[in-house]
Amino acid sequence: MDWNTFFFSIWPYISLTIFLVVTIYRSILRPFTISSQSSQLLENKRLYWGSISFHYGIVLVLVGHLIALVIPKSVVLWNAAPLRLYLLEITGLGLGLWAVAGLLILVFRRVAVRRVQVVTTPMDAVVLVVLLVSAISGVLVATLYRFGSYWFTGVFSPYLLSLATFSPRIDLVAPLPWLIKLHVINNFVLAAIFPFSRLVHIFTYPIGYLIRPWQIVLWNRKIKAQKIN
Amino acid sequence: MNVRAHMSMLFHLDKCIGCHTCSIACKNLWTDRKGAEYMWWNNVETRPGTGYPTRWEDQRHYRGGWELKGSKLRLRLHSRAGGLGKIFYNPALPTLDDYYEPFTFRYQDLFNAPAGDDQPTAIPISKITGDPLDIQTGPNWDDDLGGSGIYASNDPSLDGVPEEVRRQMNELERVVFNYLPRICNHCLNPACAAACPSGAIYKRAEDGVVLVNENKCRAWRMCVAACPYKKVYYNWSTGKSEKCILCFPRLETGQAPACAHSCVGRIRYMGVLLYDADRIPDAAMVPDEQLVEAHRKVILDPFDPEVIAGARANGIEDSWIEAAQNSPAYKFVKEWGIALPLHAEYRTMAMMYYIPPLSPVVSVIENELFKLDLADERHDFELFQRLDAARLPVKYLANLFSAGNEQIIREVMHKLLAVRLYMRHKTVRGSVNGDTLGYLAEAGLTTEKAEAIYKLTTLPNQKEQFVIPQYHRETAVEAWKDPLAHKGEVGFGFIQPPQRGE
Ligand code: HEM
Ligand code: SF4
Repeated sequence: MDWNTFFFSIWPYISLTIFLVVTIYRSILRPFTISSQSSQLLENKRLYWGSISFHYGIVLVLVGHLIALVIPKSVVLWNAAPLRLYLLEITGLGLGLWAVAGLLILVFRRVAVRRVQVVTTPMDAVVLVVLLVSAISGVLVATLYRFGSYWFTGVFSPYLLSLATFSPRIDLVAPLPWLIKLHVINNFVLAAIFPFSRLVHIFTYPIGYLIRPWQIVLWNRKIKAQKIN
Repeated sequence: MNVRAHMSMLFHLDKCIGCHTCSIACKNLWTDRKGAEYMWWNNVETRPGTGYPTRWEDQRHYRGGWELKGSKLRLRLHSRAGGLGKIFYNPALPTLDDYYEPFTFRYQDLFNAPAGDDQPTAIPISKITGDPLDIQTGPNWDDDLGGSGIYASNDPSLDGVPEEVRRQMNELERVVFNYLPRICNHCLNPACAAACPSGAIYKRAEDGVVLVNENKCRAWRMCVAACPYKKVYYNWSTGKSEKCILCFPRLETGQAPACAHSCVGRIRYMGVLLYDADRIPDAAMVPDEQLVEAHRKVILDPFDPEVIAGARANGIEDSWIEAAQNSPAYKFVKEWGIALPLHAEYRTMAMMYYIPPLSPVVSVIENELFKLDLADERHDFELFQRLDAARLPVKYLANLFSAGNEQIIREVMHKLLAVRLYMRHKTVRGSVNGDTLGYLAEAGLTTEKAEAIYKLTTLPNQKEQFVIPQYHRETAVEAWKDPLAHKGEVGFGFIQPPQRGE
């Protein structure tokens, strides 16, 4: 078995299995452990620059990836006009850089601020390093191998789809430059550590807040069921 | 009518001696844990003063509570979408420095220091980092510093008190302060619950206790900022928010909360209030000066047959209705109208009540002697007539307890003073003259009421002070569960290990 086979047709399944099984286990059986582990109480100023930049950058970049994956045709069509292609590319790169900048501030904060240091677990450190590799390699890919929004739809949309149908097409990714491969492999590392880290907070994004009633009042007793006499 | 029951605590501020026994009882019971060292679910602050966390009442800064915008009630913190947008960083969150950095002392040094010429000392260290700490502030750093330029004069509730009066309050001869013990107010319209994006905070319908579901809390930390009383705290170790639980495990076993039970001044009362949940929205949306009156109207008369029927229809047991009829909270709040919620203008409808403190009369110095600024004999009578001569400005009390409505404070003060006059004449002079009865009538009291207020204020036994009905836990939802499964889940403490980053 060569490395390509392992990293692109076996490792993704290992990674995604861990991701799914442990995330579900943790959500259902160990809900107390799920938290964004905010450290804002301990340090405020650097978090402002770090967290906002990082989160807005990374979330929008992720959404971009998702769009290219789900509706590749529309992305290709959009890119047909050069101006729109440039616009998309520059936006993507800008968001990526924004995320990297934020991430660097967050790393710096974890290292330099004593109070934040003491609440940093080894897993926090691992997550930040893996994220940093992801984000920096992503930005480099975007600058060195131009027009990712163009070739992504031709390479990764079908590759990821082939993973989903359990017939991985290594031929699509094997010829790619190592930097792009690193980006992909590292992201599956990220998926594998995801359920063991604070990253699970992403899945608890409280979108329901938009519609839930303001107040929640709970009866301890089942009044209706209890009407015996 | 949608009748629900509430366990309410009442604080008689005239009796508080500021000993902090309550805070210590609470700390020992609930917050003596890693990550919770800085929390004081019960704290006692000196007022005028900046309080804990510093200047917590400054809502322009902390953005707590609700505000009336046109005909809509809005969280001051955020709109729904705005809250989700600001989730990565909460601009209004207090930081640890707004509370204080918890510390201890390195006592081991006293034993382990190598032999030397100097006496070893136990240096202060941070309870968070373990590093040596130059202590700049701490819990109750401003204890008893009434009149100080750093603390008292920075009290946000002095807003609107005339400059001249504020200046006088700084003079040594006129210094005045009182204590304000504070716990979570277990509000009817809690801003913490409304601000929680996860919906992890809820109110128990049976007794009104507001709780954080630790399994649902995701550390979005909006509740901390949204609570105008700053009574939700973020545990930096577990990554979960925590708050006063009104000692519900004690209540459920018939005991008063630890703070109330341990109170040396016996200033605290516990009792059931029945309230109409349907009236909450309207009561939270009246103009400021009507807030207290609207709040009182939400509380129902437990003797009214209609209310009793409504309570029964909602599954409230007769023992609770009876407890509501004997409730000291009902008497002070509704029957006598002398207990008020703290900062009604936050519109969370706080359900813990305060009897405002009487203050000594303003004095002046004459020939090196303190002289009361009033005709000699009849101080209380004159104070009754000239409440503005009281050392604690009426405006200040109104800012604290009646959303700025001075009329309500005057009424309460008149009642308290009339009872004092009446009882003094009765016990010291042996007779009550017509004047005194006149004042009593002017305050809207009868002799029976005055006696009852006096009795419950000064001589209650514990059963009258804490009227806690049976909780009927046997009927709670857990009864429908497998008892063995249930057995493994109850009790205080963390069901799962609270490590970080797990
Ligand atoms: C869209 C939903 C998301 C929400 C609501 C969210 C929210 C949060 C919050 C509230 C914090 C704590 C900040 C603080 O210390 O106060 C946090 C931290 C963090 N988040 Fe997210 N996040 C989201 C998405 C993501 C994504 C997509 C990633 C990465 C792939 C991520 C990675 C992190 C990391 C690494 C930290 C720790 C930062 C530090 O070093 O303090 N988050 N997030
Ligand atoms: S224990 Fe009672 S008297 Fe002492 S500070 Fe607390 S409330 Fe006041």
